Amino acid sequence: MTLRVNDLKVYYQTLRGDVHALDGVTFDLADGEIMGLAGESGCGKTTLGKSLIRLDTRMRHVGGTIELDGKDVPIADDKAMVPLRYHEISLIPQYAMSALNPTRKIGRMINELLRARGVRPVDIADELRRRLELVGLDPDVLNRFPIELSGGMKQRVVMVMSTLLNPSLLIADEVTSALDVSTQRAVAESLVEFRDREYVKSMVFVTHDISLVYQMADTIMVMYAGHIVEKASASTIVNAPRHPYTQMLISALPEVGTTTDQGRLEGIPGTPPGLLNPPTGCRFKDRCPLAFSKCSERPPLVEIEPGHWAACWKTG
Amino acid sequence: MWRYIGRKLFVYLLTFVIAVTINWMIPRFMPGDPVRSMLSRASVGNPEALQRMNDYYTGVFGFDTPLHEQYLAFWGGLLRGDLGVSVMLYPQPVLDIILRSVPYTLALLLPAIILSWIVGNRIGAFAARKKLLDNTVLPVGYVLTAMPYMWLALLLAWSLGIVAGVLPTSGGYSPTLRPEFSWLFISSLITHWILPFLSMFIVALGGWAIGMRNMIIYELEADYSNYLQALGAPSRLIRRYAFRNAMLPQITGLAVQLGTVLSGALLTEIVFNYPGLGTLILQALNNRDFFVLQGTFLFVVVGVLIANFIIDIVYVLVDPRTRVQMTGGAA
Ligand SMILES: Nc1ncnc2c1ncn2[C@@H]1O[C@H](COP(=O)(O)OP(=O)(O)OP(=O)(O)O)[C@@H](O)[C@H]1O
Ligand code: SF4
Ligand SMILES: [Mg+2]
Repeated sequence: MTLRVNDLKVYYQTLRGDVHALDGVTFDLADGEIMGLAGESGCGKTTLGKSLIRLDTRMRHVGGTIELDGKDVPIADDKAMVPLRYHEISLIPQYAMSALNPTRKIGRMINELLRARGVRPVDIADELRRRLELVGLDPDVLNRFPIELSGGMKQRVVMVMSTLLNPSLLIADEVTSALDVSTQRAVAESLVEFRDREYVKSMVFVTHDISLVYQMADTIMVMYAGHIVEKASASTIVNAPRHPYTQMLISALPEVGTTTDQGRLEGIPGTPPGLLNPPTGCRFKDRCPLAFSKCSERPPLVEIEPGHWAACWKTG
Repeated sequence: MWRYIGRKLFVYLLTFVIAVTINWMIPRFMPGDPVRSMLSRASVGNPEALQRMNDYYTGVFGFDTPLHEQYLAFWGGLLRGDLGVSVMLYPQPVLDIILRSVPYTLALLLPAIILSWIVGNRIGAFAARKKLLDNTVLPVGYVLTAMPYMWLALLLAWSLGIVAGVLPTSGGYSPTLRPEFSWLFISSLITHWILPFLSMFIVALGGWAIGMRNMIIYELEADYSNYLQALGAPSRLIRRYAFRNAMLPQITGLAVQLGTVLSGALLTEIVFNYPGLGTLILQALNNRDFFVLQGTFLFVVVGVLIANFIIDIVYVLVDPRTRVQMTGGAA
């Protein structure tokens, strides 16, 4: 088992109080697994991704544990996390387009980062070039400034840079959202290729685009308002979802699996609850057609069949 | 690259020509007779000398020749370095008078601007990282920038010059000395220089420090900083990037500042009665000395243009984005 997250709670501290963006999240990620992470905007996907590598100054670890390859990941201790970062856990951020220092040539920036992380750039230079070529970039991009690259090129540079040290876990946050459809496909395929070549052991792939993730991911986990509602193999989530929220999400998609574009999450009536003072019990109950009295208690995430987890009183 | 520099040079040249033209126009198209109004202020007792001056200036203005010839003659004189003869210090050539003042102004301006810029940026960068320092730099900086220059200058002159009595508050050197290359004279130059320099330095310092602090804090929140932090890069590396990127707006700021330094120097020189271009301008104004005014104006324009050109080049060297624009730019 690569990654094991247990009852993780991470809140944002704001002037108006704590935002319960991650409120008791539990899941496992196996070796070689690519897990798609889906859910409406604001449900806590980015927060979960960041909680696996680095909490920003407003985030507070409230409870729960993370284990990677059998070792504890001390997410609340910024210093103790440093050796893990990049070497063991890496990130392709949601803002990959602006993730490169604008005033450094790309090659120089990568070398400076490598040196700062105790890796000799010469030892890895050939590998770097090979991987750039693998994602369809001329290694000459290393001599260029970020501004001289297109968005998709920057995206791929960040992809290569983030995975250069063969991390155990890669968090890819909406890496395809800002790209056109054909580039999306290419980037997603490269990531699968990276996994197949064992550049990364396992991956959390955050996305809004269920049809894209259906084609590349092994499993899909669906979040709602800081909770996990369902996790199963990609085909199960798309073809036989059990949680009412997942069902509505999937049925709102146009012909999932056959078309590649426009598989975006929209069209579910109502809005998710605010996370400043989240409702007790099942957080979906205000929008759930099946809600009943028991739903004022929080439904546990249970394994309803092998490898299929859901948090709903009706599916348990 | 060269095309870019060439284009810039062309713009500067154009600016210069326009400045010279305006300079030429002002006394000629002003109401009244410029010669009369100049000479009326000149304290010349001897009517013969007055007549000589009158002849000279009428000749210089060349009112009897057509306008375009006057204009060309003006350029001709300019290119030969002939800026005319001063009224208030007749018959000294304007060029000599200006060249005598320029070193004082430069000795004041350049160190004040450049040192305050360097030191201010350092302090600001430091403040951005140390809470304790930030809590002092910020309020002090705001007080410094908000303080009217006159007030600060007078405060300095009063405290260090009059109360403490350690530094002279007026002039470029002691009135008992004559300019010469001796230790006595040079030390007099230096002690007279300190107060005006200090006043300009201090006033500029606060603004630079605050600007730099804010820019660095902004850069440390930028996406690339967050990305590097997530990859475990040490804060030393991230700070270095942030500092460099925060410098870019500061360099632009410096260029803008260079354009407005004249007024700063003017005030300083007047407060401390310092014999630079500022004081010269004031005297020329009081005496309606068009030629000295024209000459100083030209010098200032040329100075500002040169400074801006240097900044342009520096900017190209430090910011790849301008370089990309220059070469036509990729997507
Ligand atoms: N810095 C912050 N301070 C306070 N609240 C925050 C902060 N960042 C995020 N949140 C809140 O935390 C919740 C989860 O945000 P998060 O960014 O994880 O959502 P997301 O699922 O990644 O959304 P998207 O799909 O739009 O990227 C949201 O309700 C958001 O309002
Ligand atoms: S627990 Fe209740 S409210 Fe929540 S999804 Fe299931 S049925 Fe709906
Ligand atoms: Mg997000």
